[in-house]
Order: sequence, then structure tokens, then C-alpha cells
Amino acid sequence: MEQLSKKVIVSLKDIFVSFDGEVILNHINLDICEKEFVTILGPSGCGKTTTLRIIGGFVEPDSGDVIFDGTRINNTPPNKRNVNTVFQKYSLFPHLNVFDNVAFGLKLKKIPKDEIKKRVSKMLATVDLKGYEKRSVSKLSGGQQQRVAIARALVCDPDIILLDEPLGALDLKLRKSMQIELKEIQQKTQKTFIYVTHDQEEALTMSDRVVVMNNGVIEQIGTPEDIYNEPVNAFVADFIGEANILNGTMIDDCRIKVLGNELECVDKGFGKNTPVDVVIRPEDIEITSPENGQLVGTVVNSTFKGVHYEMSVMCGKCEILIHSTQTAEIGSLIGMRIIPFNIQIMNKLLPFYDNIIETKVSYGNKEENYFEFVLEGETVKVDGHFFETGTKVKITLPPDALSLAGNGIGDLKDLYIESVVYKGEQNEIILESDERKWLMLSDTDEQVATYVPLAFDFSKASFEVVENIKEG
Amino acid sequence: MKSRKPSIPYIIWMLVFTMIPIIMIGFTAFTDKQGNFSLEPFTKAFNYSEVFLKSLWIALLSTAICLVLAYPLAYLIAGMKHSTQNTVIMLLMIPMWMNFLLRIYAWITLLQDNGPIDMALSLLGINATYIGNTGAVILGMVYEYLPFMVLPIYTVMSKIDPGLIEAAQDLGSNRFSVFRRVIAPLSVPGIISGITMVFVPSASTFLVSQYLGGTDDIMIGDVIDKIFWTDQNTGSAISLILMILIFVFLIIMNLFGDEEAIA
Repeated sequence: MEQLSKKVIVSLKDIFVSFDGEVILNHINLDICEKEFVTILGPSGCGKTTTLRIIGGFVEPDSGDVIFDGTRINNTPPNKRNVNTVFQKYSLFPHLNVFDNVAFGLKLKKIPKDEIKKRVSKMLATVDLKGYEKRSVSKLSGGQQQRVAIARALVCDPDIILLDEPLGALDLKLRKSMQIELKEIQQKTQKTFIYVTHDQEEALTMSDRVVVMNNGVIEQIGTPEDIYNEPVNAFVADFIGEANILNGTMIDDCRIKVLGNELECVDKGFGKNTPVDVVIRPEDIEITSPENGQLVGTVVNSTFKGVHYEMSVMCGKCEILIHSTQTAEIGSLIGMRIIPFNIQIMNKLLPFYDNIIETKVSYGNKEENYFEFVLEGETVKVDGHFFETGTKVKITLPPDALSLAGNGIGDLKDLYIESVVYKGEQNEIILESDERKWLMLSDTDEQVATYVPLAFDFSKASFEVVENIKEG
Repeated sequence: MKSRKPSIPYIIWMLVFTMIPIIMIGFTAFTDKQGNFSLEPFTKAFNYSEVFLKSLWIALLSTAICLVLAYPLAYLIAGMKHSTQNTVIMLLMIPMWMNFLLRIYAWITLLQDNGPIDMALSLLGINATYIGNTGAVILGMVYEYLPFMVLPIYTVMSKIDPGLIEAAQDLGSNRFSVFRRVIAPLSVPGIISGITMVFVPSASTFLVSQYLGGTDDIMIGDVIDKIFWTDQNTGSAISLILMILIFVFLIIMNLFGDEEAIA
């Protein structure tokens, strides 16, 4: 690997962090090399900022090691680390002017005044703020404040610069030009940049390597090309760029069944007849005549996007997104071809499809035909089925038997939405409760990293007695 | 443009109860008893110049002591947990719910000869008089006005963005230099309003010195209080001089504040 030839400057080993019993980082491992531009990418609440704050020294992990240049620095306070941060809200000192803000760190290092002046001027020139020395920071525009914050961190000549969503507050145009500027500054200064963002485009544009995080774990680490072309799972595929993520079955090596059709692919080693997730990027679908297509569908929508057309094609009940320089009339039948290399096969996010509960009946009522069981401390009532108290039952709830409780009560409270992936027909939502994960189907999009109550529809469930109550 | 109509009642209020009385004071200060123009009230007022100086001195000392006591306290409170902060501020405010005179009487009881403090200290062999001197007056003032110093400083400190403290640490500051380079300069506006809120009322206060001070601890507020019964013209002149002195003081404070904000 290329990374091995480079020197690792900071490494996180088996880092675990929780606040108030809530797991923020779940045993993560990460090595960052010298002079590298690494982006930690993920939705809000995934733990990316906490990871950055651990390197900065603002959060101490509950367990695990932070190794900096061979030394364990878990207990080293931020002021003793040779790391500087560009904060999300810039955090410029309002009582100091531009020069004094940038000179802040140098003054603390007791560097002679002449040299401070020289270094600050040089740094302000680097970030295009020459002549702004005496300005009050509150009188600067967002982009200028941003550059002061970057200059303030860079001028201290740290080994690592941490950037916490530094472009989040800027408008789109400025953000794009700052992305390029940041990358240039990084190449000019040859520093290690660790950049946190939830913007996948930003991550792909600037980084040497991207670390994709979700729900306190690292999903994938790789170059932007790797992450885009070879996502390891549906979450990464969905988060990076646009993608058609479909349910498929791996029939055998290099044979995949998707949307009722058998296609050739290049992936191996998934076993036979294994349910998998299939990713096809919209730009990888070629439009043909219906007779020549591997898949056939009806165009329902076509929008001109400048470089390409964005088309929505219904293939049975499933919606497929196509980016193509060609277009077809709305309502017309088209064929679609995908070369085997562009069909990406991934393991499913969860090892199960149906949600299975194995439990003991806590109370059964024959007259009114219902029973109750205890699930994670909550009593759940099942109408329409009766089992004797004490019977062990296996309840199989298909994903469509789960729904978000509209009344806010639900059978189970405070489930964490871990991921929402659109599968062309419905959203597959993965929820996490205290003890396990759940798979749910929904027509509506939901906000990840929020907490919701869950309701069960037992009329869609099946029941199986595992063990009858023993007499006596 | 915003409608100015809602401000009309306030403008009337200001005119009737602030502007007109000030003009009347000014008019009275420049006339004699017959209502003719005269500078006599001012020449009489200058007989009290020593009292003026002493009042300002006592006010300045009380303000300084308040600042020394309040600043660390405000810093400590601002660093506490949010719920604890509210409790402590509440405790600080509770004495203020009690009548002002009652609190001064309480100090008389505490400080008088054979009072609890005298008794306790004489057990240790210390015998002194604790009431009827300048020290007692300053003590009373500090007690009276301390919350007015704590609150503005605490408010400003608790509003300092924690991100700035992290930024300072990130750039290499230890706890002391975080305080010196970030918290101290950013709390200056609180200090200024605290000083203003303590100095102005203490310079013009009365009764505290009458109850806790000796015969030569009389303050300018007491003089105005007494003299108005017999000589309104001189009373007005003294009030006017005091107003101008306080006004000058406020201007100086504000200049200092602005300078700090820019520096």
C-alpha cells in the first residue's frame, strides 16, 4: 500500500467515547500520515467532530490510545499539543484586530516581536489578507474571517491542522473557491490537514483520503475514487454522490439477480443465493432501444441539468435514476444496459431482513384474545393472538410491519435512526434501540441521527411457539 | 421607517419628570431666595467642598473594594454548572429583597459596642470601636452595592463564547493566559457597567453615613437632604455640581471602555 511508505503522524487506536451513557465513538481505529489531506465525512451526529476534538485534545476518550508521533498523548492538554484548529464558528477574538488574532499563538511562544511581525505578514499574504492587519475582525466578511482563522492556525507552524466544517457558514460560490484555496494552502505548506465535513462533494474535491463515518463507527476509508467507485455498503454509496441502490440476490460468483433480471457482474465471494445490495451509479446506465436493453422501463421524468439529462425511469415498481447526455420522451419505453464492471455488489447493512423477537409471554388473556410481553423494559400488547403466560414465542415482524409512531407513544421509545437508504421503491431505515437493530420500510424520508418512537403492526407478523409452558 | 408613536408616552414622561425638574434645579441654583439671578448658592456650595471630596473618596474606595470582591466571585460563578449558577445568583439577590433601611439597622446591631462582632473579637483580646467611623460607612456601602458589581460582570463573563476559550487553549494558552488574554479583556464592559452602577449611587447616597458613620463622615447626599429644608437654592447648586461630577466621571469611564474594546 502507498500509505505504508509514509510516516504515520497521528493514530487513534480502539477509541471509545460516550457521553451520558450514549455511545459517540464505538472503538474506532484511524491512522493519519504526514502531509496528508484527510477528510472525515459523515452525517451530523456521526461522531466526526468528536474524533477531531480527540486529536485536538478537547475530548479525552473513555478508552483507547491517541498516539502522536509514537507518543501516547491521551492526557496532554490542547495547549501542549503541536496541533492547531480552525473552528466551525471561526472563534476569532473579538477584542483583537486581525494582526493580533493571527499573532496570538506566536506571542504565547515568546517569539521575538520582529519575527512575529514577519511571520504574520507572510501568513496574511498567503491567505490573501495583506493590508488588513489593523482591521477589527468583526468588520470582516465571512470569507475573510475564515481566512484569518486559517492564518491563525497555520502561522503557529503545527504538525497537524484540524478543520471543523470551516466552510459551513459560507455561501456556495465562496465555498467552492475556498475549497480550492484550502487545497492549495495545504500543498504549499505541506502540513497534515484533517478536515471534518458533512458535504460529500467537499470531501471528494479536497482529500487525499476520505474517512466515512456513521453512528460512531468508521464505515470506509479510502481515496475519493475508491469511496465513490467501490463503496463498501449501501450507507456509503448513498452518502457519496447519487446512486441507485437496489435489493438483489447474488446467484453465484459474477451472477446477480436484480429487478427480476439476471445480470453479469465482476464481484465474487458472496456465496450462492445471498441477498445483497446492488449499487449502480446513474451515469453508468446506457440508454438503448427496448429490444437491446438488459432492463426495460418507462421514462417518467426528464430534466435538463446542463451537462446531462437527469431521468427517472420506472422499472416495474422500482424507480431508477439515469444521468445521460441522451434523453427520451416522457412516457416512452427504453432499454438500459450496464457493463459488468459498473455493477457494485455490497453486503447488506444488516444480517437479517425480518425483525425477529424471541420472548416469553408475560401475560395471556384467552377471553379477550390478547397477550403481552416485555421488550427492553416496555410492556407490549399483542391483540388478536393468545398464548399462555410463560410460553416462549418467536415473533417475526417483516420490515413493513414497523412504522414510526405518529402519536409519539409507540411500542418502543427513542430509537436512533442510523441510516436511511432509498431502494428505488421505498426507504429502508435502520433503527437502533438499546439492545438491537431494526429494519423498517417507509415511503417518507427521515432525518438520520434523530430519535423516534416505533410502533409494531402485529397483524403483519407471524408467530411461532418455541417452547410450551411446562406443567407444574 | 419605524413608527415613533409608541415612544410618545416615554417622551412625555421624560419631559415632565426628568427634563423639567432638571431645568428647575438649574434655575433655582442660579437664583437667590427672592428669585433674582445670583451666584450666591454656588459660593455657599463651595463651603462644602471637603464633604464633596470625602464623598467621592468614600464612593471610589467602596467601588474599588466591590470590584476586588466581585470580580473573582463573578468568574467563579460563570464557571459553575448552569443550575448552580442560577442558585448562587439567587442567593446573591435575596438580601436585596429586604428593605434597605432594615439592612443598615442590622449592621448597627452587629457593629455596635457589645454587639456580636465586638463581643466575639474581645474574646480574642481585640478591643475596638466598629461603628461611627469611615470604615463602617464603606462596609455598609460595599454590602449594599456588591450585587450591582457582581451581576454585570457575571453576565458579560457567562456570555463569553466557550469557543474562544478553546481557541486560546488550542493556540497554546494555559489557564492563566486564557484568563489574561481572553477572559479579562472581554469582561471589561461588565467591569465598566459595574463601576458605573456602584459608583454613581454610592457618591450620592445618604443615610448610610448617618447611621454607620461618625460626625465627620457626613456625605454630600446627607448635606443635600438636610439643606433642602432651609435653603433650596444652595441645595440645588450642590445637586447640580454633583450631577456634573458624576457626568464627567461617566464620560471618562466610557472613553476607557471604548479604548479597551478597540485595543
